[in-house]
Amino acid sequence: MAQGVWTIAEQRDGEIRKITYEVASEGRRLADALGEELTVVLLGADIKDKGAELGNYGADRVLVADDPRLGTYTTDGYVAVISQLVKADDPAILLIGASSQGKDLSARLSANLGIGMAQDCTVFSVEDGNLVATRPIYAGKAYARLTFEDSWPQMATARPNVMSINEPDTSRSAEVVDASFSLDDSSLKTKVVDVVKDESGKVDLTEADKIVSGGRGMKGPENYKILEDFADLIGATVGASRSAVDAGWRPHSDQVGQTGKVVSPNLYVACGISGAIQHLAGMSTSKVIVAINKDEEAPIFQKADYGVVADLFDVVPALTEEVKKYL
Amino acid sequence: MNVIVCLKQVPDTETQIKIAPDGKSIVTDDIKWVMNPYDEYGVEEALRLKEKFGGEVTVVSLGPKRVTESIRTALAMGADKGILISDDALEGSDSLATAKALAAAIKDLDYDLIFTGQRGVDDDMGVVGASLAEFLDVPQFSVIVKVEVAEDGKSVKAHRPVEGQVLVVESSLPALITTQKGLNEPRYATLPGIMKAKKKPFEEKTLADLGLDPAKVGEGGRKVKILELTPPPKRGEGKIIEGETPQEKAAELAKLLHEEAKVF
Repeated sequence: MAQGVWTIAEQRDGEIRKITYEVASEGRRLADALGEELTVVLLGADIKDKGAELGNYGADRVLVADDPRLGTYTTDGYVAVISQLVKADDPAILLIGASSQGKDLSARLSANLGIGMAQDCTVFSVEDGNLVATRPIYAGKAYARLTFEDSWPQMATARPNVMSINEPDTSRSAEVVDASFSLDDSSLKTKVVDVVKDESGKVDLTEADKIVSGGRGMKGPENYKILEDFADLIGATVGASRSAVDAGWRPHSDQVGQTGKVVSPNLYVACGISGAIQHLAGMSTSKVIVAINKDEEAPIFQKADYGVVADLFDVVPALTEEVKKYL
Repeated sequence: MNVIVCLKQVPDTETQIKIAPDGKSIVTDDIKWVMNPYDEYGVEEALRLKEKFGGEVTVVSLGPKRVTESIRTALAMGADKGILISDDALEGSDSLATAKALAAAIKDLDYDLIFTGQRGVDDDMGVVGASLAEFLDVPQFSVIVKVEVAEDGKSVKAHRPVEGQVLVVESSLPALITTQKGLNEPRYATLPGIMKAKKKPFEEKTLADLGLDPAKVGEGGRKVKILELTPPPKRGEGKIIEGETPQEKAAELAKLLHEEAKVF
């Protein structure tokens, strides 16, 4: 019978990514609810020495698949290995982070294993020994509570920035185990031929702790400087509404909304964004929402924890100065 | 170069979503149904490849009869043929069953590339593309903003933005690519295009045509069960910041963000 909770770790260039801790922490909570063990699966090249530390976040066991061909993520390599490990060990629950990598991996893995999955979930619980996953649909205009039917492991991905990370407990350590698997070169049909790094040093919107976004009210691309000054000060990433992106003021990768990125920062500051339903859909799981808009009827105010009815060109520079007092 | 584009018909993104009395589905009256926005990039990219390499563009979709309209839109943009998988037993299918049905319709076609949108803007799963690739045993690249097919038409490079970097990934063809905003600017259907679309080949297929078991698809075949749909969680009552001037409001906001929200 399927048993135990598994989470998949994510590393890049040999460094464990934050989503790994988020998902392992949530996995720990689910394992406690079931009274079962948590296994974190770590794939990489020369990665074994990173395994023990995952015990601090709640892993009882870290299953390490160490192979030069697993240093860089590829869909086929990772699916081939994880599929073998799952079939050999039969875990009850499989949690993955809904990062770019995790979404790609989970989608193909679900078909490979012939199991159901719930993508980009915001809440998990265990009911009658089964995983119940809650996830936004229609970009957050509704939420679906889901469970699994004759489908093992019960697989889901967790939205980045939503699951709280356990306080690391250095007295806890995990048993680090070498995974047994085979990987045939002929099954690796894809390869990464180049990696273009974003040199701006800016944190991706989906991982950002704070976001300052500008919409049509910014009036033009040149005015984003005032948002960038404020964002730099508080360590935020600058985002944009669809209308600002469609106007060519900001790149596509900056778009927050139903047809852009879905984000969950601690702080979301919407400047000159009216709050079209498709924008609200992309940021409504943010923890604190601030709206700055001169139109007091703007729908964004209905979602905001703090609303400022005034011209953003007056408020944002003043806010930048005021915030300096607290930093 | 023969390209297949998978289409989904979804509610327009401005749609207000209302939960139906059964608590497990949405009210579909008054919904404006459109081609999934991400799928439009797939249609456009397929047409550009056809213009460069020749060949045919086939559009494949699954859903009720109303989906014919979205297929006709793709045909009017320039696609050559349409296939609609339509069967009452498919109602309520999950991603896995959908991918299986699409795979059954596509497996005997002659194709070099398949495009699907990176996700449907209705259930936001983003699973059908990768699952379809798995069932067809072809490589897949997800959430792609640039596609470069080699001059000999034998391999493809795709640009995949991930957190903080862009991966350039490569495989031989055939392959499947899921499309992201930024890939291209989809063209509009022209009036002559719309006229021509009416005469283009359009085929409907049932589960029986595809040799699929109705018990394994639709509501009954779901591996993921919907317990209930709910409206989004309510947020606490917001505060409108008081103040005579923008400066006073800015000062008050900074104070509240520091002392009450504790975000810095």
